[in-house]
Amino acid sequence: MTSTAEIYQEPEKKIGEVVLDVRDLRTYLYTKWGITKAVDGLSFQVREGETLGIVGESGCGKSMTALSLLRLAPKPAARTVSGQIFLDGEDILERSESDMRFIRGQKISMILQDPMTSLNPVYTIGNQMNEALGLYYKGEESKSIKRRAVDILRKMGVAAPERRVLDYPHQMSGGMKQRVVGAMAISGTPRVLICDEPTTALDVTIQAQYLRLLKQVQADTGVAIIFITHDMGVVAKMCDRVMVMYAGKIVETGDVRPLFKNPSHPYTKALMASVPSMEESHVDRLYSIEGQPPALFDLPVGCRFANRCEFADDKCFAEYPPTFADEDGHTADCWRLEGQWKRVAEATA
Amino acid sequence: MATEGNVLALPQRLPWYSPSKLKHYFTIVFKDYPVVWLTILFVVLIFPAVTAPWTAPHHPLKQQLSIRLTAPVWSAGTEEKPTSWSNILGTDKQGRDILSRVMHGSRISLMVSLSALAIGGTVGTTLGLVSGYFGGWVDHLIMRIVDVFLALPLILMALVLVAVFGPSFYTAIGVISVLLWSRYTRQIRAEVLSIKQMDFIARAKVAGASNTRIIIKHVFPNITNTLIVLGTLQVGTVILLEATLSFLGAGIPRPNPAWGVMVADGRDHIASAWWIAVMPGIAIMMTVLSMNMMGDWLRDRLDPKLRQV
Repeated sequence: MTSTAEIYQEPEKKIGEVVLDVRDLRTYLYTKWGITKAVDGLSFQVREGETLGIVGESGCGKSMTALSLLRLAPKPAARTVSGQIFLDGEDILERSESDMRFIRGQKISMILQDPMTSLNPVYTIGNQMNEALGLYYKGEESKSIKRRAVDILRKMGVAAPERRVLDYPHQMSGGMKQRVVGAMAISGTPRVLICDEPTTALDVTIQAQYLRLLKQVQADTGVAIIFITHDMGVVAKMCDRVMVMYAGKIVETGDVRPLFKNPSHPYTKALMASVPSMEESHVDRLYSIEGQPPALFDLPVGCRFANRCEFADDKCFAEYPPTFADEDGHTADCWRLEGQWKRVAEATA
Repeated sequence: MATEGNVLALPQRLPWYSPSKLKHYFTIVFKDYPVVWLTILFVVLIFPAVTAPWTAPHHPLKQQLSIRLTAPVWSAGTEEKPTSWSNILGTDKQGRDILSRVMHGSRISLMVSLSALAIGGTVGTTLGLVSGYFGGWVDHLIMRIVDVFLALPLILMALVLVAVFGPSFYTAIGVISVLLWSRYTRQIRAEVLSIKQMDFIARAKVAGASNTRIIIKHVFPNITNTLIVLGTLQVGTVILLEATLSFLGAGIPRPNPAWGVMVADGRDHIASAWWIAVMPGIAIMMTVLSMNMMGDWLRDRLDPKLRQV
């Protein structure tokens, strides 16, 4: 017997030009407790056809990063105070709000976490798909728009899309709904697709199918995917590069395999150690990182992980570490790498 | 061992007069089926409102002093004032036929309540949508105005407004609309606040939809249920309010046959000629009651969680 795993072949990866280039992005939330630095000096690039994973615990600024990229951070509390977001060479932070409406959906799009509330309960699937498509293909007659909707749904693995377009969201399962949401997100043929924990609400088999679909879509369209998650397994399966975030900053970046094999920042190491392992037969307690991340409105001067780090010394508490890199572009912000790796950027805190 | 107390035994068939069965029948007739309120609504409000000019036995303003204060046809009557089938519900102190006046009164009630609801509802809903969706200082401003309106004593304010503008049909509509919109704004704003949190709103933004489009296409259809139920429940209140205003002389001016005016007219004769006040009173009660029942029924029907697919 042949299992699906044998039949399934990884679609070929074609990684092209840089699509999204984020430089020193800072989004602060102005709350009554003070300025919360949710995104504090992020710089990264995503290439065509590449999947970048953003990992980190809850509240480290992952979702705020995603919303900042779309310029949808909750106003008036959140403000992007500095930085540049180059999308196809154009800084979208310079564009007007009305321009942004055309950039969203058609240049940069997003799949949200919960498929249950991502669809409007009072309209059919087809109606909602057509609405977005009508916006992207202005002036096209409704018949061909409907055909497009069906095609995209088929691409996202929705069975019998001709009939499914007449369904209301409550008539669909969670996995099917998330496919529809995915179909809507790619319907504007965006260059960048942000997936904010798209598989968290799905069960594991559906999760695997969904990730496979996303990969297929990526292979077909060359869309760059930013994949936000806290599931290391999903990262390993899905991403080409990973970015580990802690307290609003990137602490480590690198290609998936080297980073998993050789995590260089103590936080990444600790994060890896907290994933339950099936192979090792030890019966110890699962490792967990002691303490709490610092409050984002009252950040320490030194390394933000220092108070939870087992290797921390006086220097870590006194000064934020610069970024160090090895030859393969694996970078980490940690004083322990001084001397071993090359210093590539000064501390920005 | 565990055979005692057979849990699988079929429940015994209860006789039709058992309390639970009676309760069940009561539920069917009065709750699950719209028969009762539909009938009342049709007989008391809709049929007379539509056909009063042709079906009312007399002109509502035609006075006939010779038969003034005639009792309804089923009461005993007196030697000098015999009851007659010509005035089934009796006559008032000017000898006008009560039935005809009640029938024509339903037109006024319906017109006033629907217009006031349309105006107050539209304004209130729009402000509620704007307030809930945009939040911030817009929300603060609108909600503080709503607070002020909700804090004002209803009747007093109505009397002041009527005193300023003079009593007329349109003033009544205007006054009731002014009193009504704030309730809509409150309720709709609360709904919008919860809908705004839904991911499909975020998704619409991500897809590049404008705020106006999101409000009209994504928020509004999700509040129509609330709006319909609120509207129906408000019809009763509005009819009551209109009657109250008319009773106080601040609503529909005489000699228009508004129900409230008729009750006010009958007040002086309540001991000797009860029917003058009681007949329109029953009409008011029936209308409001059936409207409230309709509201309850609609609410149950429109809630997808209660509806069986």
